Amino acid sequence: MKTFEYTIKDELGIHARPAGMLAKTAKELDSEITITKGEKTVGATKLMALMGMGIKCGETITVTINGGDEEASETAMKQFFESNL
Amino acid sequence: MIKYQGKGVYGAIAVGKISVFKRQDVQVKRVKIEDTSAEIARVKAAKERAIMQIQEIYEKALKEVGEANAQIFEIHMMMIEDDDYNEAIVEMIQGQSVNAEYAVAVTGDNFAEMFSSIDDSYMQARAVDVRDISNRIIACMNNVENESQGLDGKQIICADDLAPSETVSLDKDKVLAFVTAHGSSNSHTAILARNMNIPAIIGVGEQFLSQIKDGDMAIADGFTGEFICNPDEETLSAAKKKLESEAEKKALLQKLKGKENITLDGRKINIYANIGSVDNIGAVLLNDAGGIGLFRSEFLYLENTDYPTEEEQFKVYKRVLESMAAKKVIIRTLDIGADKQAEYFNLDKEENPALGLRAIRLCLSRPEMFKVQLRALYRASVYGRLGIMFPMITSVSELEKIHALCEQVKNELTADHIEYSDSIELGIMIETPAAAIISDKLAPMVDFFSVGTNDLTQYTLACDRQNPYVENFCDTHHEAILRLIEMSAQNAHKHGAWIGICGELAADTTLTETFLRMGIDELSVSPSFVLKVRDVVRKIDLSK
Repeated sequence: MKTFEYTIKDELGIHARPAGMLAKTAKELDSEITITKGEKTVGATKLMALMGMGIKCGETITVTINGGDEEASETAMKQFFESNL
Repeated sequence: MIKYQGKGVYGAIAVGKISVFKRQDVQVKRVKIEDTSAEIARVKAAKERAIMQIQEIYEKALKEVGEANAQIFEIHMMMIEDDDYNEAIVEMIQGQSVNAEYAVAVTGDNFAEMFSSIDDSYMQARAVDVRDISNRIIACMNNVENESQGLDGKQIICADDLAPSETVSLDKDKVLAFVTAHGSSNSHTAILARNMNIPAIIGVGEQFLSQIKDGDMAIADGFTGEFICNPDEETLSAAKKKLESEAEKKALLQKLKGKENITLDGRKINIYANIGSVDNIGAVLLNDAGGIGLFRSEFLYLENTDYPTEEEQFKVYKRVLESMAAKKVIIRTLDIGADKQAEYFNLDKEENPALGLRAIRLCLSRPEMFKVQLRALYRASVYGRLGIMFPMITSVSELEKIHALCEQVKNELTADHIEYSDSIELGIMIETPAAAIISDKLAPMVDFFSVGTNDLTQYTLACDRQNPYVENFCDTHHEAILRLIEMSAQNAHKHGAWIGICGELAADTTLTETFLRMGIDELSVSPSFVLKVRDVVRKIDLSK
């Protein structure tokens, strides 16, 4: 299992468009990706749950990568967040 | 005549007949069923049809409003495929032995509720999206075609609320305006209306739908947010006049957009726009301004309950610079005083605020506050072509202090390994007689001058602009003012600086030729005046 933290820089937070892209990206990976904010954790492939977290700009989330090629998945997720959020 | 007040989301006006939007609402009833797997199969088939329909809408939207705005329909397709949403539907059918329609409707409501309860207006607006896709799935199960209704000529569409897909499905050529009882300016309908250049008013209130009917005459004024049903003669003719002047502006736009600001004998000048918030950038681009000649940074301070942080300011400046691409953006540093301040500034009451601790005086007496703004500006400078302008200058020593602070900021940024542009232009406002009179000393220290004619008039003529008793003495074309401007222009050019005018006088087209003859290089006016001034410039012949 691998984890990393990320602080959202996009002004609108994880809004519909990036949530959609995140779900899409996570689906393509062979690891299970979860997003944690505070006490809440949701699967990164679950678009509505992800949007339902209401993650805003400036908030820090934890990304957890489990199973499959964890190294490659971590790199892919890091790259995704850096360039989209 | 009934007036409703809503919020205009796109500045345009429409006069025409009302068409009340009819939705083929399917009444969903809860029915007990035996064969749950048959119901689940119905949901699956309906989902496939729904996705095909949305794909079509997506392609239509792509053509009409561009990729960024069409993306919401991609999200809709993904929402339909969402695991949690589908599991909830299936569980409800199996667990309660209910019909598919009911399960979809209730699940849609539950997810919409979840979005509504998020403490964020953007996410709250997403409730509409979930309801939109749920209704579509239900319609697909019952073969209801929710296609656009046949509109007879151009009409004003009135509805309680419009789902994004409904907005796009309407035949755009037949829509004069959108008016809705609910909705937020974050809704996609508002965004789409803006992109379709259709006047839209949202949030006029629940009661309006029961008070209007198809064919009623109405005025939808997207500038003021006013919706007037069955207007009287006078109101109607006023609205028609407004409509005409809008059409005239549009024609001017058609004629002059993309054209150069050049006189008949070949002299070119720059016409830039003055703005006071990020929201006006759209108007700047729409009116084809060559840049921003005055970006007032006050709103950052006045709309806050404490000093805006470097990060907050940086984000705003970066956005302005990026939105203007390679065009010049001149940002004026904080220009407030005791007459216009935010509480946290704790400025003492002054007998005479116009002559008091204001603008650059305030900034130089609070250098730590001033440096926050300068740092944010320098950091943002790498994202475009930035000019920084300092207000209310009266002496060389003030300018020396500013230069010293700028140097400090640059050194600190370098030490922190933070990039900044080395081609930032520094300039000052010429808005005191003192600055104009010593403009020969100030010019070598700057890249540009910008004449603030409002304050220059007030200080030169000793006339309070807001005092109605001295209005007759406040001649804005006074020779003293024109001489000060001419003097500043000559001194600027002598020392290789350029000079612009950003006060109200810049838009006074009776003076445009005078300014051009003085050698003024740039006129900065409110966005809506850009093309008018361009029109005048193109008819001037300086060789005569």
